[in-house]
Amino acid sequence: MTRQIRITDAIALLGLSLLALASAAADAPGTIDVATSTIVATFKQEGVPVEAAFTRFTGHIVYDAKNVAAASASADIVTGSLDLGDEAYNAEVRKKGWFDSATYPKATFRTTSIEGVNAVRFTATGPLTIKGRALVMTVPVTVSTTPAGTAFDGVFTVSRRAFGIGDAMWDDVIEDKVEVRFHLVDSAK
Amino acid sequence: MQTTVQRPRKRGNSHYTRTAVALHWTIGGLIVCAFGMGWVMTELAVSPLRLRMYNWHKWLGISILALVIVRCVWRITHPAPPLLPMPRWQALSARGLHVVLYLLMLGIPGAGWAYSNAAGFPIVYLGLWRLPDIVSRNKLLAAELLELHKVLGWLLLAAVFAHVLAALKHHFVDRDATLARMMQWRAR
Repeated sequence: MTRQIRITDAIALLGLSLLALASAAADAPGTIDVATSTIVATFKQEGVPVEAAFTRFTGHIVYDAKNVAAASASADIVTGSLDLGDEAYNAEVRKKGWFDSATYPKATFRTTSIEGVNAVRFTATGPLTIKGRALVMTVPVTVSTTPAGTAFDGVFTVSRRAFGIGDAMWDDVIEDKVEVRFHLVDSAK
Repeated sequence: MQTTVQRPRKRGNSHYTRTAVALHWTIGGLIVCAFGMGWVMTELAVSPLRLRMYNWHKWLGISILALVIVRCVWRITHPAPPLLPMPRWQALSARGLHVVLYLLMLGIPGAGWAYSNAAGFPIVYLGLWRLPDIVSRNKLLAAELLELHKVLGWLLLAAVFAHVLAALKHHFVDRDATLARMMQWRAR
């Protein structure tokens, strides 16, 4: 009798552990839900605004207005996932002269400091690393509650040339300034 | 009291106005350029030149569209001279072909504009003025509009071919003034 109870207990314990492990993996604090989040780069090509979305990325944002010191944000973007709406151009930007996705598959952002501005705004500062070059960015972020979860929105501008993206021959046709707009949703909250 | 009814002679009805002649040849020339560009640009590998050429092609297309609209308005307000005497089937063909030409000259740039929008690219005329989107971003629709733009383009090529052949026939075979009057620079 005692042995049977022990086996049942063991199975229950195993089951619970696996469940806990699974939910922990799925719901690591602040994990961004890619399905409802977007990262869109906009740049001008001879005056024409082109919107291109990065379709694959991961991110974590931990922010509590009452405990800003413990806040952190990070994002890993797959450079080969930029969608310009045309496969020929998508293939072009993966090449060496652009993102060189084969050598640098990910662009990353890591915060070194976060300053709370108010309950729904904070400024994240940290290196943005693309194609092996790291430049410090200061990004204002707005926090809001949406049906899909807690949303973090913001815009920042980068110089593509500063990261070595796009050979000089493109400079007359494609502007240097790229606006990156993100809408990152944490569905756990 | 007797009154004589006099049919007023419509101004410019005995010959094409200079405006009509200028528009005809300008539009024709621009269409040839746009067609050539459209053909070449799709063959180019991804490069700054290819991007440039796509934009020039779009700007040319919009320019043509604007001029064709002007041509339509002008033709309505300044009717073309009546067709010269010719067999009925030729007169009907001429009328029909001209209608086809006008429809294509409006439809092709229209389809092109819509295709660009559906593909996610607004048209910024001359890189300066952003034109309104006539359709919203839609990948499937873009593919269909591109096909339409191309097919209509080939139809225009055929129509222009017929148009030119007919003009030459009237000039060299029939020896009438059909072509000549589109080359006359006469005051109104």
